[in-house]
Amino acid sequence: MSSLLDANERFVALADAIAARDAHPGDAITSLRETGRAAFAERGLPHTRLEEWRYTNLAPLSGLSLEPPSEDGRIDRSLLESLATPVFACGLAVFINGRPQEALGGLPAGDVSLTSLRDADPGTAGRLVDVKQHPLAALSAATTEDGIVVQIPAGVALEHPVHLVFVSSSPDAPSVSSPRVVIEAGAGSRAVVIQDHVSVAGGHAHFTNAVTEVHAGANSDLQLAVIQREDDADIHASNVAVHQERDSRFASHVITLGGRLVRNDLNVVLAGSGAECTMNGLYLGTGDRLIDNHTLVDHAVPHCTSHELYKGVLADDSRGVFRGRVVVRPDAQKTDATQQNPNLLLSDGTEIDTKPQLEIYADDVKCSHGSAIGRIDEEALFYMRARGIGQRDARALLTRGFAAEILATLPGEALAEALTADFVARMTGGTGA
Amino acid sequence: MGDTLLEIQNLHARAGDAQILNGIDLTIRPGEVHAIMGPNGSGKSTLAGVLSGRPGYTVTDGSVRFEEKNLLELEAEERAREGIFLAFQYPVEIPGVTNNYFLKASVNAIREHRGEESLDAIDFLSMAKEKMAIVEMPKDLMARSVNEGFSGGEKKRNEVLQMLLLEPKLAILDETDSGLDIDALRVVASGVNALRDENRSMLVITHYQRLLDYIVPDYVHVLAEGRIQRSGGKELAHELEAKGYGWLGLDEGASA
Repeated sequence: MSSLLDANERFVALADAIAARDAHPGDAITSLRETGRAAFAERGLPHTRLEEWRYTNLAPLSGLSLEPPSEDGRIDRSLLESLATPVFACGLAVFINGRPQEALGGLPAGDVSLTSLRDADPGTAGRLVDVKQHPLAALSAATTEDGIVVQIPAGVALEHPVHLVFVSSSPDAPSVSSPRVVIEAGAGSRAVVIQDHVSVAGGHAHFTNAVTEVHAGANSDLQLAVIQREDDADIHASNVAVHQERDSRFASHVITLGGRLVRNDLNVVLAGSGAECTMNGLYLGTGDRLIDNHTLVDHAVPHCTSHELYKGVLADDSRGVFRGRVVVRPDAQKTDATQQNPNLLLSDGTEIDTKPQLEIYADDVKCSHGSAIGRIDEEALFYMRARGIGQRDARALLTRGFAAEILATLPGEALAEALTADFVARMTGGTGA
Repeated sequence: MGDTLLEIQNLHARAGDAQILNGIDLTIRPGEVHAIMGPNGSGKSTLAGVLSGRPGYTVTDGSVRFEEKNLLELEAEERAREGIFLAFQYPVEIPGVTNNYFLKASVNAIREHRGEESLDAIDFLSMAKEKMAIVEMPKDLMARSVNEGFSGGEKKRNEVLQMLLLEPKLAILDETDSGLDIDALRVVASGVNALRDENRSMLVITHYQRLLDYIVPDYVHVLAEGRIQRSGGKELAHELEAKGYGWLGLDEGASA
């Protein structure tokens, strides 16, 4: 435990260093940092004796001597485009190591308002995530340098997605960035937001510790894609908190293709009746990577729907963790909740710990859940080989087919195609099958 | 019809631990259609499996030559690329992979082996359309996952479509007729017949004589207890139909 205590002290010092070099008393960032620092200083990093962290040991993180993020001047538009294909021209905002780069993005976004967190009212961020419950979100708040507030005005339907690209780079030393995204979807609005995390190859490990807060107004329709495709040395934590008002429709797509250690928390509160929530996830494990998804959907009121499908593909010696909680409160009658976590294991060295968890306190509900663990279908493999397709290609094609159910639901064909290509490249590069 | 395309000599094989084939001899020359009939458990599907390279079978004796090659040394995909096609008795469903994508990958794998250029999506589609018309395949089946939710007849038509696209030298039809109504059978058979020519050979495995009214064989062999018990012309199939396998001193459901 001593290394964890050391790490806690080091991380508090890191937060202080970040705050000291860039202080803006009284703004939204300062209040976020102060709350986060206090919570983190009290509790520190989570350890594996906690139920929520049982299968995920943060030693790879606590062992890093993290520095505040540096500016990386090597990143230009062409590097950006090669890392973050496809890059959409409308509503593009680019962050390098957690700080906005107006020269790279900042193109006219039409009806949507994109504001730096620096310019937002104090209290804009931090309303949906309880930093006392989420230690990494506390650390994220304590070390944040900036963020973005995406406001979709009431009644506006955006024609193009809002594309937020987060590039991380640690050329000189391991470093941290803690971007904050706040999405406010006005009543009756419709939008797609893509949060794409990429990293510059080479250099040292980077720890991206992102927090996203989504306020889905009444009857709004919002799709959020969180794409994690950093280098295999990088560590990624993501905490997405969603508050849905009545009749709102929210869909998340969490696609994890890269990173050495990835922990995702997705918490959705269905706070208004008639709200609908779709949670799709796809994670690809190669090498000795660990990917952990913890989701919680809270049916707080009647007549809400949630559908969750997380699919895992694990190769080599990788590990996956899935814990999906569905809570149906006593008043939440007529709830319709489904949850599925199928996993495809491509080798004997893999491990998946999956735990669906329904907590139902109402009596007139429709809920189902299940996990499955399987291997490549040998009969399908032979069928493909009998058609001249080589063993390796056939396995790749079958695995791609397994993932397609999630990739095909991504908003926009260009995004689905780019991520399918990325998925296949990483999978075939990783398995050596 | 001078050369030999496939030559099976004294073939013995096990499926798992069970000895199924007990010395098969069969020679197929280019352009010939051979039918293999036999009761359940006679070894028909094992023969198809051994020839196509399906995992799970062990050849314990004998040899199989395909053109100049030792077929048994080739992987399943290599056999397909050399020109052997197995129409599956139970075509496999592949969720998430569209029929179009699968067929294109398959055609291109084989074209590449033959030293031909890969087809792009547009060229492939125009080629596929022509073949789809032959088997009366609805267009929307190309955009759906391979065989997923297809009816029995649609699955078998999809098999024949693949065969038409891949233009094999030897097509092995493993009980392609089973489970088909007469209309579907007619469509499937006309697809198979569209491919018949003086160079292409077929091995038609069936439990029923009915199929052979539509795909008329040059030779009929009766397989039982892992051996060819009798060979003859197409009239042998009719005799079998009329008299049953008991006529040859064989049980209707001889055990494996």
